[in-house]
Amino acid sequence: MITAAVAERENYLNANYGIKSWLLTKDHKRIALLYLITITLFFAIGGLFATLIRIELLTPQGDLVSAETYNKLFTMHGVIMVFFFLVPSIPATLGNFFLPMMIGARDLAFPRINLLSWYLLVIGGVFAIYAMVAGGVDTGWTFYTPYSTSYSNTYVVATVLGIFVAGFSSILTGLNFIVTVHRMRAPGMTWFRLPLFVWSNYATALIMVLGTPVLAVTLVLVFCERALHIGIFDPALGGDPVLFQHLFWFYSHPAVYIMVLPGMGVISELISVYSRKRVFGYGFVAFSSVAIAVLGFLVWGHHLFVSGQSLFAGMVFSFLSYFVAIPSAVKVFNWTATLYKGSISYDTPMLYAFGFIGLFTIGGLTGLFVASLGFDVHVTDTYFVIAHFHYIMVGGTLMAYLGGIHYWWPKMTGRLYPEGWAKLSALLVFLGFNLTFFPQFILGYMGMPRRYHVYPPEFQVLHVLSTAGASVLAVGYLLPLCYLLWSLKYGPVAGSNPWKATGLEWQTASPPPTHNFDETPIVTHEAYDYSTVVPEVMQVG
Amino acid sequence: MALLLSFLPEQASTISVEVDHLLYFLLAVGVFFTILIFVAIFYFAIRYRRQSENELPPPIHGGLTLEILWSVIPFGLTMVMFAWGASVFFKESRPPDNSTQIYVVGKQWMWKLQHMEGQREINTLHIPVGRPVKLTMTSEDVIHSFYVPAFRTKQDVVPGRYTTTWFTPTKPGKYHLFCAEYCGNGHSRMIGWVYVMSPQDYQDWLSGGRSMGSMAENGEKLFQDLACGNCHKTDGSGRCPTLVGLYGKHVQLAGGRVVKVDEAYLRESILSPSAKVVAGFQPLMPTFQGLVTEEGVLQLIEYIKSLGEQPGTGTTPAESDTTNQTAKPSMDGSTSSNR
Amino acid sequence: MASEAHVETLALREQFDTEAQQKDASTLGMWVFLITEIMFFGGMFTAYTVYRSWYPNVFAVASSSCNIWIGMANTIVLLCSSYTMVMAVRSAQLGRKKAIINFLILTLLLGLVFLGVKGFEWAQKFQEHHVPGPSFHLEGTPLQHQAQLFFTLYFAMTGLHALHMVVGVGILSVLIFQTAKGKYSAKYFTPIDIAGLYWHFVDIIWIFLFPLLYLIDRHLPR
Repeated sequence: MITAAVAERENYLNANYGIKSWLLTKDHKRIALLYLITITLFFAIGGLFATLIRIELLTPQGDLVSAETYNKLFTMHGVIMVFFFLVPSIPATLGNFFLPMMIGARDLAFPRINLLSWYLLVIGGVFAIYAMVAGGVDTGWTFYTPYSTSYSNTYVVATVLGIFVAGFSSILTGLNFIVTVHRMRAPGMTWFRLPLFVWSNYATALIMVLGTPVLAVTLVLVFCERALHIGIFDPALGGDPVLFQHLFWFYSHPAVYIMVLPGMGVISELISVYSRKRVFGYGFVAFSSVAIAVLGFLVWGHHLFVSGQSLFAGMVFSFLSYFVAIPSAVKVFNWTATLYKGSISYDTPMLYAFGFIGLFTIGGLTGLFVASLGFDVHVTDTYFVIAHFHYIMVGGTLMAYLGGIHYWWPKMTGRLYPEGWAKLSALLVFLGFNLTFFPQFILGYMGMPRRYHVYPPEFQVLHVLSTAGASVLAVGYLLPLCYLLWSLKYGPVAGSNPWKATGLEWQTASPPPTHNFDETPIVTHEAYDYSTVVPEVMQVG
Repeated sequence: MALLLSFLPEQASTISVEVDHLLYFLLAVGVFFTILIFVAIFYFAIRYRRQSENELPPPIHGGLTLEILWSVIPFGLTMVMFAWGASVFFKESRPPDNSTQIYVVGKQWMWKLQHMEGQREINTLHIPVGRPVKLTMTSEDVIHSFYVPAFRTKQDVVPGRYTTTWFTPTKPGKYHLFCAEYCGNGHSRMIGWVYVMSPQDYQDWLSGGRSMGSMAENGEKLFQDLACGNCHKTDGSGRCPTLVGLYGKHVQLAGGRVVKVDEAYLRESILSPSAKVVAGFQPLMPTFQGLVTEEGVLQLIEYIKSLGEQPGTGTTPAESDTTNQTAKPSMDGSTSSNR
Repeated sequence: MASEAHVETLALREQFDTEAQQKDASTLGMWVFLITEIMFFGGMFTAYTVYRSWYPNVFAVASSSCNIWIGMANTIVLLCSSYTMVMAVRSAQLGRKKAIINFLILTLLLGLVFLGVKGFEWAQKFQEHHVPGPSFHLEGTPLQHQAQLFFTLYFAMTGLHALHMVVGVGILSVLIFQTAKGKYSAKYFTPIDIAGLYWHFVDIIWIFLFPLLYLIDRHLPR
């Protein structure tokens, strides 16, 4: 039937079969799919924890689970979502699959290392899941000392080890991307012909390579301190607990950009394709990614405004934080300007892109709020901050991730998904998200501290709203899982370039052959030159 | 706007008004740009929707003027946010000289507060309206954070060091006190109430409480119990430096470094005496770590302060008064700090 | 079609077009890896800097208790090993198989000497109760906790460095074995080249560790 139509051509999916051909593959596309399956699993686990947290918070008394359990729930939610879903999400799946294709390469520079980094993520995940099953961990995903080193009696060591190992997965992916972009570009693919998705993944890779080792060494110190009580972060033994916070945020603030930069890259692609226009101010958008990566390393101290760091340090970090805002704002303005006089279609990925811009704008602007010292003193460690970073990481990264998955699905699988269902889920995600997290801004300003198992009754109304939104959001996330799987077998055959996109990945078959291109492409045009793919030229007023 | 206001927590301190004003400015900028982006996207999406499958709009490469415009204008606005936020923060970090001193010790999972007059409270804090209150805080175990939403103040309470915060309550009432830094199982129960009282009620509350002696008196008792006076003689003849008039002074250490004698220095010198030894003295003093509680350390510090202070070093005039009296702390603590 | 996947060799993996491209990629990969290593050690150096500035006197006393002659000897051993490593790479460029093997073995031996001396030094520290833990004791300062911090950092940093040496020794062993099997020639010796980069990097880390842990403020106490 339909399967007969695609079976005739050899591609990366049917080149060989068997579990071994997957587990020992060096093909970046197969590794990307391994990642896709792995992180979907982690997302489901993290989502389950989120669901339990939201149900627990329906009532102020904390009557569903005990305080111990609640603390473990939000810790494991954070650990799984940050280190095992968001950090690898776009780079390791979409980046892994499409970065080599977009620059016209047959694979990443180091395919074996690529496979190794997937195994490292899995091994790290096994440690984390072991910690979870054995009894959980309750330190919060930030592992603040001395609570994590001397006071918590949960599975801190296993979790820390898991994150340590997963960190090397991230480092190796970053290393691979950097070398690939430098050395593997097809003839004619100059730096300023690179698609913006490649630029943003390149910037992400820089952060992965520079930031993650610092997290690794910090976790080693936490590990030593917990195992041997040598005092490195323990004030009773001469150590400094705030030093931990500095080291931790030196990675973990740039990590926010590891999470959101690839999403910005996806959005640049989507906005361009579905308005069929060159991205407005290509150079500015490209350099803003690098600027964010670099500036992102200078602002970690804004997580420590009330930690007791000096007034002067607070001022400097607040000042520098505003510099990161500018490249982010430049991106938003350029995306919006790209729409001007475009030919805009409302395909599902574009709806996600619109959603991303809207939610990222709110997330980014509230970022300006919390970078303001006097304001942050009131809202830090409250739900305001929770809402802010969920707007960036879920409203931003996750929207971009879903948009990207929908955009490239036909290329990855050769099938189209049902557009109606997809649009419905995009809408549900957008509405559900806002209903979940907008009330949390208000909760935060009202003074509701984060990580509270029981809370004063006056906050209940907003918590109930938030939980209602979360259930809509859950449906929005479950739908794609169903119809995307359905489309694998029943979806219409996509063809090589269903969206009339310009990237090199669209100039080969769907699904692509194992070596991506039958012939190494030679690039003669800048990125996003739609006159090469749209047959007739029609002027639009 | 009325709806918005109904969500604001009560404004019960001088700084809370300023933080709310900052909020209005941030909100105005935020809402403006959010609406701008949303309207632009909706307008463009409808105005330039695809009319036919093979349509090809003319390419636009960008515009330098626009790029400069939308970098510079937001940058200017963010600098206003920075300056405004920093100025509020600056005020939040500088307690006025005439603040009433209160000591806070956080532990899993309770707040222990001591007034200068000796009153001790757990998870409640009684303060008079209209007078600046300075909190000096430390923790016995993990990091906590002292948060009163109605005052818009929050400060982490870190083991091993003193952090401070201050506020001037403006409205009598009962306000939430939260621990805002995750500290373990009882984190969400490490809460309490701040009672802001009219000066008269506060006086009544002070005199109604059990009299346990002022902090300095308790400190003196501790000083004697621990036999500190055997070496730290008041006339300076002991083997260790005299503590009279020490607080607020600058002392030279054995290594040549000069440090200011503040709470943190005194705490360190009690708990790990050989860390900073004053020039000309031997590191003879044993550590008192484990022998004195954090609250005891605070009482000792208060006693040392009451032994006199260098004038003009910027602590409470109430304490400076004692310099002019005798080495003895004023017996009626409530009057001395209520002037 | 020249661009289609070619028969894979060691010198030309299938994802690369030319051998030069592969060599460039491998070298760049190693440089990027070394940058991550710098950041990794950088975290330790930061912790060291903070505590050194907090407790300068204690750190001076603790620092002075380290045996400067052992540290010096190990520095010389490592510098020599860098020289022999350079010679191994040079021999590879010239395609002299025997010389490669000899120089790699020399490098390996010097690496083992370093580790042996380090092990001896650690054993001494055990006897002197300079190992962080319940029995820790350092003469000459009453601030035992702070002194323990110095030795915590000492063991973390030298331990991490030694771990890198062990990995380096492992790499050298594999290279010696591979060279003996005739895998490398003047045309293809990238693994030897980038192993050289790694070895020099590990040396350089020691060049920083030696003054930080042994030399600074040595003149102060007494």
